[in-house]
Amino acid sequence: MVAPVAPVPTAAGDRPAPGRGPARRAWLEWLVVVPFLAYVGTFLLYPTALVLAGAFQDARGGFTLDNLVELTRGAYLQAFLRSVELSALTALLGAVLGALLSWAVAAGRPGGALRRVVVAGSGVLAQFGGVPLAFAFLATIGFQGLVTRFLREHLGVDLFAGGAWLFELPGLTLVYTFFQIPLMVIVFLPALDGLRPQWREAVEGLGGSSWTYWRHVGGPVLLPAFLGALLLLFANAFSAYATAAALVSQGSPIVPLQIRGFLTGEVLLGRENLGKALGLGMVVVVAVAMGLYAVVQRRFARWR
Amino acid sequence: MTPTRVLRLLGAGATALALVTACGAPPTQDGAASDAPASGARSAADLGGFDKLVEAAKKEGRLNVIALPPDWANYGAMIETFEAKYGIEVDSAQPDASSQDEVNAAKQLKGGDRAPDVFDLGLNVALANTDLFAPYQVLTWDDIPAELKEPSGLHYGDYGGFMSIGYDAAKVPAPTSVRDLLKPEYQGKVALNGDPTQAGAAFSGVVMASLGNGGSADDVAPGVEFFKQLKAAGNFLPVDPSPATIESGQTPVVIDWDYTNAAQTAKLAGKVDWKVVVPSDAQVGAYYNQAINKDAPHPAAARLWQEFLYSDEGQNTYLKGLSRPVRMEAMTKAGTVDADAAAKLPRTSGEQVFLTQQQADKAKQVLSTSWAQAVG
Repeated sequence: MVAPVAPVPTAAGDRPAPGRGPARRAWLEWLVVVPFLAYVGTFLLYPTALVLAGAFQDARGGFTLDNLVELTRGAYLQAFLRSVELSALTALLGAVLGALLSWAVAAGRPGGALRRVVVAGSGVLAQFGGVPLAFAFLATIGFQGLVTRFLREHLGVDLFAGGAWLFELPGLTLVYTFFQIPLMVIVFLPALDGLRPQWREAVEGLGGSSWTYWRHVGGPVLLPAFLGALLLLFANAFSAYATAAALVSQGSPIVPLQIRGFLTGEVLLGRENLGKALGLGMVVVVAVAMGLYAVVQRRFARWR
Repeated sequence: MTPTRVLRLLGAGATALALVTACGAPPTQDGAASDAPASGARSAADLGGFDKLVEAAKKEGRLNVIALPPDWANYGAMIETFEAKYGIEVDSAQPDASSQDEVNAAKQLKGGDRAPDVFDLGLNVALANTDLFAPYQVLTWDDIPAELKEPSGLHYGDYGGFMSIGYDAAKVPAPTSVRDLLKPEYQGKVALNGDPTQAGAAFSGVVMASLGNGGSADDVAPGVEFFKQLKAAGNFLPVDPSPATIESGQTPVVIDWDYTNAAQTAKLAGKVDWKVVVPSDAQVGAYYNQAINKDAPHPAAARLWQEFLYSDEGQNTYLKGLSRPVRMEAMTKAGTVDADAAAKLPRTSGEQVFLTQQQADKAKQVLSTSWAQAVG
């Protein structure tokens, strides 16, 4: 077995001037990145190209726009609307709650216990998604969850009196918010840390109130970072799949679950290309979100 | 960390990944298997008889199967018996995969020695993928009812069952009809095995609900309406049932094939009093289908596996898993059927419905437009 990396040439004469260190090192660095680029090409660019091509093909491989037209109708359009709604709502919830938490942390002592616990916890919880997260929720507030049973048996409260909400959009909103808040802390805390105490002192020295400070200094400085984080959270929720797949088994309310149906379903067959069209739609939505993110980040950079 | 260091780390990581991927890639086939006479054999006779088939299969020594859960139609015992009998190692991949996953795997692994040799498919998927199959007629071919086999042997029914209601007798009263499930005793307790626009079992569950609510094989709308009512009553659980959800009490009522429900009864004996009923007013049956991958890396073992599944021993193994083997009628006549196992099957009588392909296609159209709205 051979790794797809060319051996690093050691013999003199490979390069015109072996003595020129920096040029040689730059060349080496590029060589080392080659496997990474190959990896990105294989697992990101190639699949994206496949999705793009498939979205414009019918079942026999001919060119068609039917798949895309189908997206604007009925269940698929609704799935998109619901996905956007779910992502926007959880991004907003996560951003606001996460920002408040970051603010509490930033106001505390720099090396304090609160900060260490929240930062470490956020790092872990922001990555705590997928099946384990869904399972954690099922085990605590599922139909036979620990908390559910305790409430039912001891306090007479039925969490599911209003229906099986945990397995529908409200449940997804709750579970997604669970990983959105820590992600917000991770991306927003550095921005809060960037606020210099001197600015506040300057405002106070000039006779400004706390409101004046936030209105004219803190708010404008933080706004781009907040908006950027909001967009990042949106994209994060929009592309989440495993958590939803583990929780929701009926009706496929959001786009990633619809796509699952096209790829693994054994009832409605031969519509893989419609699934790819849905994938293309997702790529477009995320691209727009990330494009806006880049614009906001560029504005943010001016403040630093 | 300096940029150079980051780059180096990235490079090292990527190299490691590339190595891992290279290891995981299917090694190229040694060529011998695809040229073997077995890959074109349409019956054991083509190879010079059953003994020659066994010999060729033993030489290959391996069989790749996919999507065969051990507690589904007794496949666990089936695989063990086959391994012991012929000394062929069975590699069982992705036991919980769907029929479509089997087809996807065959396409993706084509040419490698890990591709599935044989398929166990829902009729829909079988009919849509006949170009992947090699025709083969087992020795007991004549016992298989004509309507359950493709004439050249591309695919044929292996085992079937009826849609049933499984329930925890300690938690809910015994249902006798589908409509019983609307009663308040079943609040928050009724689960369907999968999404009917995706899973074959759930699809048949909707057909069963239709028959129990004045619909027919041609008209499944009443079935969709029934689930809508079930949801409105707060009885419908949008949880994908599994042995774990049944054991933990999350899904006290499960609509699924009778053999899967019956397998739960046996598995949970002593823990959960799991009972199975096939509603007498709504008996929907279906057969799964067996097919050989035309690019099977172990063509002889694939054919021997078919011979084993359709032998008296294989068919009785299905029966012991409480599914109905396709040769059951012939074996009952010949007296080779396992009578004890047959007596344990959930009872059915009177009118039984098997959907034709046309009826199934029509039902799918109805579901694709109405299901999400009904339960969403």
